[in-house]
Amino acid sequence: MTHTLYILCLALFCIGLYCILRKRNIIKIIIGVIISEYAVNLLFILVAYRMQGRSPIYSPDAAIENMVDALPQAVVLTSIVIGLATTALLIAIAMRIYEKYKTFDITKINELRG
Amino acid sequence: MLELYLLLIFMIVGAIVAVELKDLLSSVIAVGAVGLGLSITFIVLKAPDVAITQLVVEILCLIILIRSTLKRDLPFSTSGRWFLNTMIALSFIGIFLFVAYKAIGDLPPFGYPIMKVASTYLKQGLAQTGATNIVASVILDYRAYDTLGEATILFTAVIGVLALVRRIGRKKSVEQEGSDE
Amino acid sequence: MSKEHDRGMSVIVKTVTRLTVGLILLYGIYILSHGHVSPGGGFAGGVIIALSFIHLMLAYGKEAALKRIPSQALSFFEGFGAIMFLAIALLGFTGGYFFLNFLPKGEPFKLFSAGIIPLCNIAISLKVGAGLFAIFIALVLLKFEGENK
Repeated sequence: MTHTLYILCLALFCIGLYCILRKRNIIKIIIGVIISEYAVNLLFILVAYRMQGRSPIYSPDAAIENMVDALPQAVVLTSIVIGLATTALLIAIAMRIYEKYKTFDITKINELRG
Repeated sequence: MLELYLLLIFMIVGAIVAVELKDLLSSVIAVGAVGLGLSITFIVLKAPDVAITQLVVEILCLIILIRSTLKRDLPFSTSGRWFLNTMIALSFIGIFLFVAYKAIGDLPPFGYPIMKVASTYLKQGLAQTGATNIVASVILDYRAYDTLGEATILFTAVIGVLALVRRIGRKKSVEQEGSDE
Repeated sequence: MSKEHDRGMSVIVKTVTRLTVGLILLYGIYILSHGHVSPGGGFAGGVIIALSFIHLMLAYGKEAALKRIPSQALSFFEGFGAIMFLAIALLGFTGGYFFLNFLPKGEPFKLFSAGIIPLCNIAISLKVGAGLFAIFIALVLLKFEGENK
């Protein structure tokens, strides 16, 4: 029972994986990559959570104890920006493909190559 | 706890809608809804830094996706080897789920992390770095190599995008300089 | 007046943009400069600064945005952020090792505290903001060329 949230997060990842493997439109494949990236980031933050925890930021007024794990949050913070940059790179490649083949369908691209 | 379950189920429903819709613009909007739900989930999980970053990054990602898909809504066929493709995808997901089921038992239970390294950061972070935000002190002082690697990857991605659009970009800029002068 | 209203969106959007774009830029600067005492930091601040220029560009067309920050300035800021971050890291060798926090720590909960962390935040935000805005401009230019064909 303690792992139910992890399993839900895994289901989100599997939806992204299915989208990458099954769909033929390039934009749909990019959407699958984005969804699985969300799931991975969410798993990191879920592992970092602590029961009745507080944010890892000190306050000048009150002593804050029982902070959540700060290390996965720092890792995810860099991962999000990297995800945006790689998404932009994927979109640039997809638009180049559209400009050359006039389609987003990957099976049509294979046929056109001959 | 209940709100976490509700938010995760909302995200899963949004992801299914985003995957299965025929209209590309609608599915992009559904991805935006999933990302904003993820941002709220981060706030519930006590990670405000990550929530702010996820919110603004989601908006920028949505703008870029909409700019790239606008007026390019193409009908795509689902005919062909439908059964074989689906079976291959489902079997791959099945193998992945089997491995993940084996691995997920070794994770610490939800709400009770191990925190062997992070307890040092939390105790001595204020005295050693002077920053009251522990996440900032981790990404820019204790583990600044991570941030250096992130800057390298971002630089490479920007150069990659500019190289992919280079021919058109150069022609445009030459025209613009000519019109300005 | 009429030449300014040729490109971009309607008058309502332009008026609202003129009122809000400065506030968005100011909010980005606030987020990045208070990154070490409150939630935020260089990444979020840089993306908000990039979003303010993207807002200007969506409302007024790309000439108005590129007039305020030309593409040469973008590449300069991108490289300057990277060099500044690396220089801060290398200056740590004056006291011993890479990424040493060599500046005085200061008093906690104040703006000027925590040594090199605010400087690193500024470097990161310059790099992220300039890089993402350059990506956006590149993608928009590619789109316009593809539509003309």
